[in-house]
Amino acid sequence: MAKKQLYYEDVEVGTEVTPLAKVATTQMLVKWAGGSGDFNPLHFEDSFAASQGVDSPIVHGALKRAWLGHLMTDWIGDGGFLKKLACQYRGMDYPRKMKTITDPQEGETWWCRGTVTKKYVEDDQHIVECDIWVENAKGEKTTPGSATVVLPFKKAKS
Amino acid sequence: MAQQGSIITDEMKKQIGVKGVPTVLEVEKGLIRMMAEALDDPNPLWQDEEYAEKSKYGGIIAPPALLCCARAGTGRGVQMKSPFPRALAGGDEVEYLKPLKAGDVITSVSHIAEYNEREGKRGPMLFTTIETTYKNQRDEVVAISRSTFISY
Amino acid sequence: MAKQLYYEDVEAGMEVPPLVKKPTTQQLVKWAAASGDFYQLHYDKDFAQAQGFPSVLVHGKLKFGLLGQMLIDWIGEDGVLKKLGCSYRGTDFPGEDLICKGKVTNKYVKDGEHIVELEVWTENPRGERTTPGTAVVALPSRG
Repeated sequence: MAKKQLYYEDVEVGTEVTPLAKVATTQMLVKWAGGSGDFNPLHFEDSFAASQGVDSPIVHGALKRAWLGHLMTDWIGDGGFLKKLACQYRGMDYPRKMKTITDPQEGETWWCRGTVTKKYVEDDQHIVECDIWVENAKGEKTTPGSATVVLPFKKAKS
Repeated sequence: MAQQGSIITDEMKKQIGVKGVPTVLEVEKGLIRMMAEALDDPNPLWQDEEYAEKSKYGGIIAPPALLCCARAGTGRGVQMKSPFPRALAGGDEVEYLKPLKAGDVITSVSHIAEYNEREGKRGPMLFTTIETTYKNQRDEVVAISRSTFISY
Repeated sequence: MAKQLYYEDVEAGMEVPPLVKKPTTQQLVKWAAASGDFYQLHYDKDFAQAQGFPSVLVHGKLKFGLLGQMLIDWIGEDGVLKKLGCSYRGTDFPGEDLICKGKVTNKYVKDGEHIVELEVWTENPRGERTTPGTAVVALPSRG
């Protein structure tokens, strides 16, 4: 499948990173536990989560970080390179429960978003910096962060 | 010829023996380790390279539980129909013909072997038995499983 | 590893050393990840309760795997597990002891192999057999 490539010239300060919607589910958390090896019961056991004062199991911070990675790698395309990704786990997010083995219940949808804050050339690399975040259904930024990417450069037309 | 009141329809019967899509699973060491950790089974044949190399298997092998689970494709792609909303695993039986070694590439194919219906404590129940054949990259059959699913 | 078991060491009626397990909710999540069975009955308590169970259930195939562990520990590296089957008759819950047991039912030589047949099962703390089954193993012979 041919994907459209983003180029350095296509972005300016203020350009929006193509948003990515995510639905956290209890099933996704179990899959993430397996994929990441983080089996902290805070992310799947009600009584343990309650004992930790968070009401019910919460979305792994590292999963939200991975969503932001997905946001950026989709946006920069195969020809771009993710140099740096950082974020803070400011707010807690609670997954939707599963209605069937494949479908979640109705509920919250999260959005991964970003905007370009800076672009420059350094050591022949075309660098773009972005503010990025995960936003909950109330529009709160629960996971703010930043990313630095290298984009390909269209050869100057003469 | 469906008996009166049977929940096993002719359409369901037509699915008996129809092969599902093959599933390919590479038996990676990481997966074997995850399974050993999930079983909390410290057998060094599953994880200790040096130990396993000196054993008669010549390397890491997989615990027997690997060959009837979802990851191994058991039941994948068969048209399992039931008039009931609730489902449970009824049982598994696996016949092991060859050791399953790390690095093997297993292709599994499932089909519905039979249906049975019974009156249970919670009302009528449908038992569907799925048979799955697992072959390695040398086209050797490494195992055959029969898994029963209950719906009620 | 334990010492090797031989065909001559076993007789009908002999018991397999029990394997005592106590699955946790964490172990169920690990099993979901390893097995690829992500059915929420095994990690969502509300869902399990809506299905009429007091809490999330131990996966049947995890119990199958634990019976396999018990047998392989018993037969040793020169033994071969030829067949294992069990029915998920009763439900088991995390936090409770799950005891894997087995008993030899038959032994014979067939096609040069020294075969031992067993009855195997898991037992809950109330002594109920929740996962009855059978197994066939081949053991080395002292000759």
